[in-house]
Amino acid sequence: MKKYTDKGKKDTRSGFGDGLTELGKKNKNVVALCADLTGSLKMDDFKKNHPERFFQVGIAEANMIGMAAGMTIGGKIPFTGTFANFSTGRVYDQIRQSIAYSGKNVKICASHAGITLGEDGATHQILEDIGLMKMLPGMTVINTCDYSQTKAATIAIADYEGPVYLRFGRPKVANFTSEDQKFQIGKAVHLQEGTDVTIVATGHLVWEALQAAETLNEKGITAEVINIHTIKPLDDEAILNSVKKTGCIVTAEEHNFLGGLGESVARVLSTQHPAPQEFVATQDTFGESGTPEQLMDKYGLNAAAIVNAVHKVIARK
Amino acid sequence: MADYKALEDLVTQVRRDILRQVHKVNSGHPGGSLGCTEFFVALYNEIMERNEKFTMDGKGEDIFFLSNGHISPLFYSVLARAGYFPIEELNTFRLLNSRLQGHPTTHEGLPGIRIASGSLGQGISVSIGAAQAKKLNKDNHLIYTLCGDGELQEGQNWEAIMYAAGNNIDNLIVTVDLNGQQIDGSTENVLPMGNVKAKFEAFGWDVMDIEKGNDLKAIISGMAKAKEKTGKGKPVCVLLHTIMGNGVDFMMHTHDWHGKAPNDEQLENALSQNLVTLGDY
Repeated sequence: MKKYTDKGKKDTRSGFGDGLTELGKKNKNVVALCADLTGSLKMDDFKKNHPERFFQVGIAEANMIGMAAGMTIGGKIPFTGTFANFSTGRVYDQIRQSIAYSGKNVKICASHAGITLGEDGATHQILEDIGLMKMLPGMTVINTCDYSQTKAATIAIADYEGPVYLRFGRPKVANFTSEDQKFQIGKAVHLQEGTDVTIVATGHLVWEALQAAETLNEKGITAEVINIHTIKPLDDEAILNSVKKTGCIVTAEEHNFLGGLGESVARVLSTQHPAPQEFVATQDTFGESGTPEQLMDKYGLNAAAIVNAVHKVIARK
Repeated sequence: MADYKALEDLVTQVRRDILRQVHKVNSGHPGGSLGCTEFFVALYNEIMERNEKFTMDGKGEDIFFLSNGHISPLFYSVLARAGYFPIEELNTFRLLNSRLQGHPTTHEGLPGIRIASGSLGQGISVSIGAAQAKKLNKDNHLIYTLCGDGELQEGQNWEAIMYAAGNNIDNLIVTVDLNGQQIDGSTENVLPMGNVKAKFEAFGWDVMDIEKGNDLKAIISGMAKAKEKTGKGKPVCVLLHTIMGNGVDFMMHTHDWHGKAPNDEQLENALSQNLVTLGDY
């Protein structure tokens, strides 16, 4: 079994900030817009180095989305930055009409996604954003798992022509993917080979899936772990090939089980290769205040929850 | 000096295009379209600096955004007659597989359209973005935008209006079609907006009126003045006082024709008030 090491806990939002800094140097068309959360989104470096390409819009997300759409018309590649809640639900119609339907090359970059932003509670947490964004025709939806992957994804999406939703988080989490990785939109990453169960995870749950696989391995269960960083377009082939081998699957995400990665996987399996599936996700609920660890535990979003789901799904084979 | 006879002829022909488009499919928005016909004809033929060939980025030319997308039959007619696409295509307005969707969109690749609009309140924000891009590109052409007065009830506008003044977006001219009407009645009855001019001024815009918003001369001289106001640190707002349904007597001064097509008899009556000038499509 492959060994993954945490090279030191880091937040995914810093991966975004550092990726943006790098983009600022290499791509003059990249512009950044922020709705009064420059520090939280780690956009300070970009702002400092490229003040003429940084646009502080204030607490006015709808205007930010519209402005970003307009900037593409002059050939710019806008990256918008605010919390995931305010990047999606608050501005859904603006994204739908001015970006998605209009086919504009805007990168909607959303921090503090999911429940792990912690103490601020449910008004700031969002567990519905993947669903909202994946339903928009033409929208690419990415949820990265650690600092290095978020940095690589940030850089990669600038070279892709079309609207992208890039989702990342607030807390410091294990940084285990390689620093010089090449990020390929829509291409799943195999982390562990296994024959008993497939675990596909996205975002912060990928590290938890790796921990779960180690625990399972000790009990003689080999799990195939796949990092699905791109939820749309989904790497159907990677999922199908793995399930054909293992015969069952657990999906894991920091999102509502309605509308998330799990439902996308269920669609692929039900139409092409029906197999038992268990969902590690929130159960149609809002979040609440607490530390990230407490919340992940209470809402069943950690390695222990994945292990339980694996036992359940194997029993259904 | 503008050739007013030619422009008047175009206005009359565009009115016919609007009426015939909405009549054919028994849907669409003739009232606001007729009210802004003179403005569009002036804008595309006298006011804007335009390149002959359409490119999405609009570098080296003035760019126009329509925020109140429901007046699409007017937009389509003026674009077609300015040479962006074949005039015969007006025959396909609102039909299945047409590039001329109910509300304008880039989705079908219709030349002349740079953003989808229809869900109201988004055009000023888009225009500000395009204006910022022009500044970054060191392109000193202007962004023109039209929005409805009822549309200003959407909150996003005021985010955008605040941003534009606070960030000296002075390569932008937003025209408000001040016809005082919206779907459910007069703006005064539906949601009183108070003094629109004072509101824009309070936000820091340079505001001017064109009192005769259906008079080509007044529009052309007014917009020339608006243009002179650009480049001076403030966004420019033009309050265009128009008559909804202008040019068809039974459609004027009422919200009744906001989103209703004329029947055969009404069409005949309306067209008899606007006889063919340049030829129907």
